[in-house]
Amino acid sequence: MKVVVDLSSCDLHGLCVEAAPEVFEIGDDGALRVLNETPSDDLRAKVDKAVRECPTGAISVTE
Amino acid sequence: MGASLAGLRAAETLRRRGYDGVLTLIGDERHRPYDRPPLSKQVLHGTWTPEQTFFRQKDGYDPLALDLRLGVRATSLDLRARRVTLADGTWADYDRLIIATGARVRPLPGIAPRPGLLGLRTLDDSLMLRDELERARRVAVVGMGFIGLEVAAACRSRGVDVVAVEALPVPLAPIVGPALGEMLVAMHADHGVDVRTGVTVTDVYGGSRVAGIVLSDGSRVDADVVVVGIGVVPNTEWLEGSGLTLDNGIVCDGSGEAAPDVYAAGDVACMANAWHGGSPRIEHWTNAVEQSVHVVEQMLGAPDRATGFSSVPYFWSDQYDRKVQFIGRARPHDEMLVVDGSIAARRLTALYRHADRVVACLTVNQPRALIKYRKLLASNTSWDVAVADATAT
Repeated sequence: MKVVVDLSSCDLHGLCVEAAPEVFEIGDDGALRVLNETPSDDLRAKVDKAVRECPTGAISVTE
Repeated sequence: MGASLAGLRAAETLRRRGYDGVLTLIGDERHRPYDRPPLSKQVLHGTWTPEQTFFRQKDGYDPLALDLRLGVRATSLDLRARRVTLADGTWADYDRLIIATGARVRPLPGIAPRPGLLGLRTLDDSLMLRDELERARRVAVVGMGFIGLEVAAACRSRGVDVVAVEALPVPLAPIVGPALGEMLVAMHADHGVDVRTGVTVTDVYGGSRVAGIVLSDGSRVDADVVVVGIGVVPNTEWLEGSGLTLDNGIVCDGSGEAAPDVYAAGDVACMANAWHGGSPRIEHWTNAVEQSVHVVEQMLGAPDRATGFSSVPYFWSDQYDRKVQFIGRARPHDEMLVVDGSIAARRLTALYRHADRVVACLTVNQPRALIKYRKLLASNTSWDVAVADATAT
């Protein structure tokens, strides 16, 4: 799967970081960073949680 | 039953978990499911079109294979017959039912509706208010909760005068405490909002169109538009007599069950919440998602693997150039400590204490701090550990 974040929609709620800390992080510059754009399948449930919990719908996953 | 955020997430989760039976999503609004937070922000500011609030484009519903029925309200529930009756005379029978009918604006008691006297809950409300703001010179906002404050900020950003009225001596004090409530008042006052606290609205004048409000201190406030933001009431009237327990919402247990095979989620639900300790009706965005996903997982899961709902409530509010975030639950007399930044700077992290635990965190323009405290709160960290962590450099 490929994780894509629309940074212009990102409002830094940080729910993605909580749901999938292996994939998302807020960097020292205060912006969201995708640590791994192609996470392994065992992280699918966590990534799905990040997608549905993002209040601005900034995260999408393509296969 | 209910086609807003909770209903849509429930439908999505059912399909994602492999449910491939009949799935019906019914909502009383004519629009397809849309997001509410932008209604008091981007839509009012005029920076977003209505379409930008929709969760999915029209063809985005195809993969869900839904029977999507919009613009029709539920009128009753028959638990024995497993049937929801709808206002258009049709009905929907179910094996399992998820109720996510949300809430509606609480009206000013005893005040007759008229043009210019507005609430803000739906997309139609938001578009009406947005259009009114193009012409209005002065708006009265009744209720200085987060909706009222966001409306006030939107008005000021459009150069419209605002008088904001609040019954409490300090707005939002029961939620964020008096010091941070005062900070919000000061911020709005600095942006030119005329704040009147400790007063209620006793009357609205203007016959064919609103012309102003009368306050409990006797003063009259002329206004072209009056926006009422004094809270919402859960949409449970259609369930009276159904057999479900209703108490400011649908009472349900930790698995979200209100009755066998009937679940509730979102703004309408009083769901037992292990972290919180009670069964609060939570009106927050993330709660609607978490609860709807939870009830689907409970519904599809094995009964011996039932888990109780446990979540730390979270909400946010955008006002002017400030993002206020709040996680947890603070009781009115809980101690509040600013651990970073300052109230004067309106950029800060504040923690709230109850007994020996940190129970809530509020940030203003410090989103990274909130992420840290979300974790600490979820694990019921002690106050001393949280404060030590905050003050360590």
